[in-house]
Amino acid sequence: MEEFIAAWIARHGATRDRLLPLLHAMQEEAGHVDDAWVPGIARALNLSRADVHGVITFYHDFRRAPPGRHVVKLCRAESCQARGGAAIEASAARRLGVAMGETRGDGQVALEPVYCLGLCAIGPNALVDGRPVARIDADMLERIALEVAA
Amino acid sequence: MRVFVSRDMASVALGADDVARAFADAGCDVVRTGSRGLFSIEPLVEVETDDGRIGFGPVGPGDVAAVLDGTHATRLGKVEELAFFAGQQRFTFARCGVIDPLSLEDYAALHGWQGLAAARAQAPQAVVDTVKASGLRGRGGAGFPTGIKWQTVLDAPAGDKFIVCNADEGDSGTFADRMLMEGDPYCLIEGMAIAAHAVGAGHGYIYIRSEYPFAIYTMRLAIERSAHLVAPFTLEVREGAGAYVCGEETALLDSIEGKRGQVRAKPPLPALKGLFGQPTVINNVLSLAAVPFILAEGADAYAAVGFGRSRGTMPVQLAGNVRHGGLYEIGFGITLGELVNDVGGGTASGRPVRAVQVGGPLGAYFPPSMFHLPFDYEAFAQAGGLIGHAGITVFDDSVDMAHMARFAMEFCAAESCGKCTPCRIGSTRGVEIMDRIMAQRAPSAAAQPDPGLLPSQEHGSLAKALYSRAPSRIDTSLDAQTSLLRDLCDTMKYGSLCALGGFTPYPVLSALDHFPEDFGARAPIKEAAE
Repeated sequence: MEEFIAAWIARHGATRDRLLPLLHAMQEEAGHVDDAWVPGIARALNLSRADVHGVITFYHDFRRAPPGRHVVKLCRAESCQARGGAAIEASAARRLGVAMGETRGDGQVALEPVYCLGLCAIGPNALVDGRPVARIDADMLERIALEVAA
Repeated sequence: MRVFVSRDMASVALGADDVARAFADAGCDVVRTGSRGLFSIEPLVEVETDDGRIGFGPVGPGDVAAVLDGTHATRLGKVEELAFFAGQQRFTFARCGVIDPLSLEDYAALHGWQGLAAARAQAPQAVVDTVKASGLRGRGGAGFPTGIKWQTVLDAPAGDKFIVCNADEGDSGTFADRMLMEGDPYCLIEGMAIAAHAVGAGHGYIYIRSEYPFAIYTMRLAIERSAHLVAPFTLEVREGAGAYVCGEETALLDSIEGKRGQVRAKPPLPALKGLFGQPTVINNVLSLAAVPFILAEGADAYAAVGFGRSRGTMPVQLAGNVRHGGLYEIGFGITLGELVNDVGGGTASGRPVRAVQVGGPLGAYFPPSMFHLPFDYEAFAQAGGLIGHAGITVFDDSVDMAHMARFAMEFCAAESCGKCTPCRIGSTRGVEIMDRIMAQRAPSAAAQPDPGLLPSQEHGSLAKALYSRAPSRIDTSLDAQTSLLRDLCDTMKYGSLCALGGFTPYPVLSALDHFPEDFGARAPIKEAAE
């Protein structure tokens, strides 16, 4: 990762405000931001390790461990709840065999909460590996489950 | 044959990509637009004819032939003549859904850049005066007069000033920022360039939440393509990282600076000491996107519509369990009932409306008995609520309002930045109180969540804080817990540093006040008082 950081810094600069863009880039590259990379990030941006750790742990987006091979981000916010989101969440957890906020034991799929995707009139909604999905019902859930089983 | 298909994230979620591909395969010239804003007719296909654009929707990929020969059952006629659109006053969203969002020619052809040209022909003070005269108030929720904010930044002596656009639209039930950035990105860029000219700023940031990948993509391309038109002003997109509190302006500034998104104490105002300690205009997407119209058409044209001290239009978002959900831009003053029942057509489930939440997770719940309320900053404040970002989330009669009150506290606990105690600790205590109330009240027909499926955060750090007191030491009666809840809400409202902790009491107390039966009250409060 040291080389990745160095190359990124060379392109985008090493000021403090580059920390979030760098973390996004690293997660894009590697799938997560490993604790082992924190000292390298801190050195590159002239920050303390505690500072970098504090930022990584503050934001829900940054993962400190590799995610599942597939990620289902299911909306839990009010508008989706108004359209039966809680029942879909319970079904999704059962059908995918993983509790909300967890990655399944075999690493195949993670079910993550998201608070609003801005598709609030056509919920319940999810991002399945980044693809937006709306009006999730039992049939749609089954299609999602088959998709992430592959 | 030219056809128009939206590439808005909502349309794509409903299958617009497959539809667009099917039309392209059939030899059509497919133009991808933003969304018109009515989701019950998405995916919408508009076919260009000598008689104008004829809409069909919803349409599936198998409907190509029927749409092209005009026989498809969902033929809508001209979209702008549908009742949902004919009643609107589209100032800010005039182009959204009509044009190819990234086409500079399309934008210029429909009055694009006229506001910026008008602004650049004037002195900065004249531009600020025009915005003041329009009566434009912050569309992010606070309703602070935009022109006065700009005046403060213009008057601040400094070399480096910044324009920051708050596009961290995290409120459930709102999607106007997303739709505008995906459907008419140059409008926002033009608004920011006008602001830059008005206050003397050289660089701008658009902070977009990571949950909006389509908006990030579109804005980045739009910035690249329009750079020569707004120069010497420069712009960049900053991507959020899943923290709701970064929608609070000072937390957003810290986030751009590469820090934890923690709220700053005010003063100093961001207008004087904002980003990197420099004078900063920080406005919501809708505030900035309203500015090109104001400069091009004049302050009077904007201020001519509205209600009381709320001037101009508001892009209202109808969401949740609503039949005709979508974006409805209209002058202030329309009533809540007109929006929910007449425009929205009631619930999608067909059951009676029981409650609507206005203004996102921090907005109050209103019962249908309050549907006479006019959409106006002051009227809503008087009624114990807020307009916020003008999202209206509709719930039918299956909703458990105690559960929604608990969710408001749970959400605040999950998203609190941790800087101030009333929000950080109060929200967790609030979840506990709601759990005690829900355990004590008469068994409700509403389904309880399966404890095994609760989010893991409840088993993690939150679990340690929850239930930290032995139940034997607490008076768990409904009366005691309800008054404790009111006391706690009072502390959070007046003691929190920002709107997250400060406004979480709105949904909680409005649910308690308007729906006491869900909180185990034996009879509605009104009858008990007699």
